[in-house]
Amino acid sequence: MSEEFKVEIVNPEKSFLVKDDVSEVVVPAFEGEMGILKDHISIISFLKPGIIKILSKSGDENYYVEDGIVEFKNNNLSILTSTIFNLADIDKSKQQDLLKQAEEEANKTDINDQSKYLADQKVEVLKTLN
Amino acid sequence: MASLDDLKKRIASVKSTQKITKAMKMVAAAKLRRAQESAEKGRPYSEKMNNVILNLSNGISDKENAPKLLSGTGQEKTHLCVVMTSDRGLCGGFNSNIIKKAKSYFAKILDEGKELKIITVGSKGNDQLKRVYGDKIIENISFKESKNANYFDADKVGKMVIEKFEAGEFDVCTIFYNQFKNVITQIPQAQQIIPLNNEGEENSSEESYEFEPDEDEILSNLLPKNISTQIFKAMLENSASEQGSRMSAMDNATRNAGEMVDKLTIEYNRSRQAAITKELIEIISGAESL
Repeated sequence: MSEEFKVEIVNPEKSFLVKDDVSEVVVPAFEGEMGILKDHISIISFLKPGIIKILSKSGDENYYVEDGIVEFKNNNLSILTSTIFNLADIDKSKQQDLLKQAEEEANKTDINDQSKYLADQKVEVLKTLN
Repeated sequence: MASLDDLKKRIASVKSTQKITKAMKMVAAAKLRRAQESAEKGRPYSEKMNNVILNLSNGISDKENAPKLLSGTGQEKTHLCVVMTSDRGLCGGFNSNIIKKAKSYFAKILDEGKELKIITVGSKGNDQLKRVYGDKIIENISFKESKNANYFDADKVGKMVIEKFEAGEFDVCTIFYNQFKNVITQIPQAQQIIPLNNEGEENSSEESYEFEPDEDEILSNLLPKNISTQIFKAMLENSASEQGSRMSAMDNATRNAGEMVDKLTIEYNRSRQAAITKELIEIISGAESL
């Protein structure tokens, strides 16, 4: 029996990625990283800024997301996100740009605690990308 | 009867108009393909989003305390209408169709003695509505600068709507846009986004979800996003519709111009021939009288 399931990532513009030979996905869920394997219980959760790791036979992939929702049901994992980049596509300058934006956001004083927390997360994750 | 010179000028001017409409049709056709593609690509996201929300709202146990964005404020006194139109004209009935739909809805609301507030997206809608409903328009947004519909713009509109909702400025929100069916058919739509309207969709799956964190928190995070997503979907459908409508309008205009040129050319040739005949008769009768 195969231990693979299907993952689909969509952003508002298009269906970003569809893969059906995935063995494990690690998502940065709001309350901590969460690894999802086949036959996981149906779950809905949302994401904080972080790295999505997709492990599959055809190679591992890493994506950087800023927000999103995950839904897992009947061995279908759907990830809805508005901002996603393939880590392989983020070069030094891109990463610096994102980091600068995130830092600006984090340094704003007129935001509430939750957005502050998310912005801080963003900065932290982006720093580790070096 | 117009003189030969006048006719010549008219033919020339109709021909140059035809050139313009033809060029506009080509441009619209090229843009349509892109807009249509992105409208189709954008559909999975909004559908998935809808599904998740549906599952969530079915799973929620305490309907009373559900977020207001889902269940409404419990009254229907003030209606907010977001009318989405284009920023450019020359696209056939595109804008007037939305306006017509919106106006009949406005009339209904005002008849019922409810309060009406309007947000117009796109300058053409604002132009058409401000004459009659000028005092009802509270906001006018235009994205002339952005070339294509993008999520960032939609998010701005969405945030504004939510802000107003949380400030208690309205109870019900409806968006008006054209749904793209094909190049010649666009259907004006009125979609209620606050409170969320999912009646008649009782396909609740037996399966229960595990939520992390709990339902309430997810819902309160998800619902604002859904508003932006729905607005974005409307923007994508709208931009595809606009290009489709423009393309068929310009196609018609080009054909009409062609017909007009033909007619004018015949008239021109006739009057030229008439002038020649007249001259000949004059010469001949002059020669005969000698």
